Amino acid sequence: MKAWLPALLRLAVLALLVVFITSPGWFEPLLKPLTENGAPAIYNQGSLLTLTLQHLRTVLVATVAATIVAVALAILVTRPAGAEFLPLSRSLVNIGQTFPPVAVLALAVPAVGFGEKPTLIALFLYGLLPIFENALTALTTLPGNVMEAARGAGMTGWQRLMKVELPLSAPVILGGIRLSVVISLATATIGSTVAAKTLGEVIIAGLISNNLAFVLQGGLIVAALAVLIYDGLSAIERYAARRMGQGAE
Amino acid sequence: MIEIEGITKRYDATTVVDNVSMVIEPRTIATIVGTSGSGKTTLLRMINRLVEPTSGVVRLDGADNRSVPGYQLRRSIGYAIQGHGLFPHRTVAQNIATVPLLLGWDRDRIKARVDELMTLYQLDPQAYGPRYPHELSGGQQQRVGVARALAAEPNVLLMDEPFGALDPIIRTKAQEDLLAIQKRFGTTIILVTHDMEEAVHLGDKIAVMDAGKLVQYAKPAEILARPASDFVETLVGASEKPFRLLSLGPVRDAVEPGGAEGEAIPGDATQRDALAELLWSGRPALPVKDADGKLLGRVTVEGLVKRAARPQ
Repeated sequence: MKAWLPALLRLAVLALLVVFITSPGWFEPLLKPLTENGAPAIYNQGSLLTLTLQHLRTVLVATVAATIVAVALAILVTRPAGAEFLPLSRSLVNIGQTFPPVAVLALAVPAVGFGEKPTLIALFLYGLLPIFENALTALTTLPGNVMEAARGAGMTGWQRLMKVELPLSAPVILGGIRLSVVISLATATIGSTVAAKTLGEVIIAGLISNNLAFVLQGGLIVAALAVLIYDGLSAIERYAARRMGQGAE
Repeated sequence: MIEIEGITKRYDATTVVDNVSMVIEPRTIATIVGTSGSGKTTLLRMINRLVEPTSGVVRLDGADNRSVPGYQLRRSIGYAIQGHGLFPHRTVAQNIATVPLLLGWDRDRIKARVDELMTLYQLDPQAYGPRYPHELSGGQQQRVGVARALAAEPNVLLMDEPFGALDPIIRTKAQEDLLAIQKRFGTTIILVTHDMEEAVHLGDKIAVMDAGKLVQYAKPAEILARPASDFVETLVGASEKPFRLLSLGPVRDAVEPGGAEGEAIPGDATQRDALAELLWSGRPALPVKDADGKLLGRVTVEGLVKRAARPQ
């Protein structure tokens, strides 16, 4: 019973989420008590489904870009030729993290204008650090005798990277991507302040019109997405780790 | 044939390997012994250029080992290390196929070779081929490690304390397997160990390293009888010498005519085993049989004791 309970719970959350964003009208009676003066209980200035998909797309684009750049950077600075750039790249990525996302948005708007672009820039910068750190940790803590065997077998540097280093680092790099995705899911809501189409729109609309129902539905959708995606990526990570014989079994 | 000529490795001010020259005859086993930090591993790694020497030359069958790129050289030389270093994300069969795959062998040839080696190492290809290294025991992992090193039919096999992580029983078995396989393929093997017992047992010749220098390079009997320095003497272990000497020869060579009571000892057991058996059972003589059970004669305590004396 214990084994299937979490799976069932996740399935229920997923089903509820899908039903809510496709047919939010069904939940109107539930949310009605949270509104005042006959305000609408369900967000009515756009479809929740479209907003959710746009929210996810923004996060996906930013995360893919951050993954490519962060992993490439980590590979570069762990090669003998790039070792001297290690401190520099570390501080660059750290700076990306110390800028508050709101500040990045505010600075990006004059440069690239309102809309999705400043949000993507903020999410990209924010997503870099966890992935870079994890990729760096993974690539620098590979088992010594395995790397020795790879060299001894006559693999070239490129073959070692593709056939041994990256596959062995995959679980830890995935962990970094997971963190980055969850941070981005939450941060993306702020993007709505600069007119990006994300679920933040619902929350901000609720805050402006003092409509608790809006705030709640926007917040809950983002939270449910985060939990489900976090769980899904954790499962992939565990699978990958088990394949490497590192599973916590 | 491997010719090492005046090879030196320096890291800044420290000299790790100091002007070492030695020749390893084809189809023999050379063991390199020394304490940790004696430079024995560095010497080994300069043969397949995992370490580039500061000066000196290594020639394999007459060709300078710098005449091809390092990675290409390493594909032609087997390399087995302590703790096996198997790729944890690849199956046993894929691990063994590593070098043949790098060399671009076709699938059938790779599969045939992997099956041959696994069978040779008593691992059923059907049962063990698809498994991952972490699903094997320590002894099995070690065998896969050596099988991987031998996969591309190298003429030369370098081994760096390959049996270091094994328990004594599996270790003895692994040593026997190695001797059998060396006989079968005629591979030239250079094996680094810190265990004199292992060096004497496996080596046709033993190289003793101390502080980066080659102190003595000779046949085991010679090392035991005439250690070149106090260091070699200590390494051999003064109280062990007669027994190590006996362990070099099979009982067959010590047979005297005549018979004896009791259970027979096989002719290819070592003389050391025979002496131990004699002392333990309190008998003065043991009958000796060959593999077919034919009586060869007997060994006596007296005869063995004579053989354990310092060779003149």
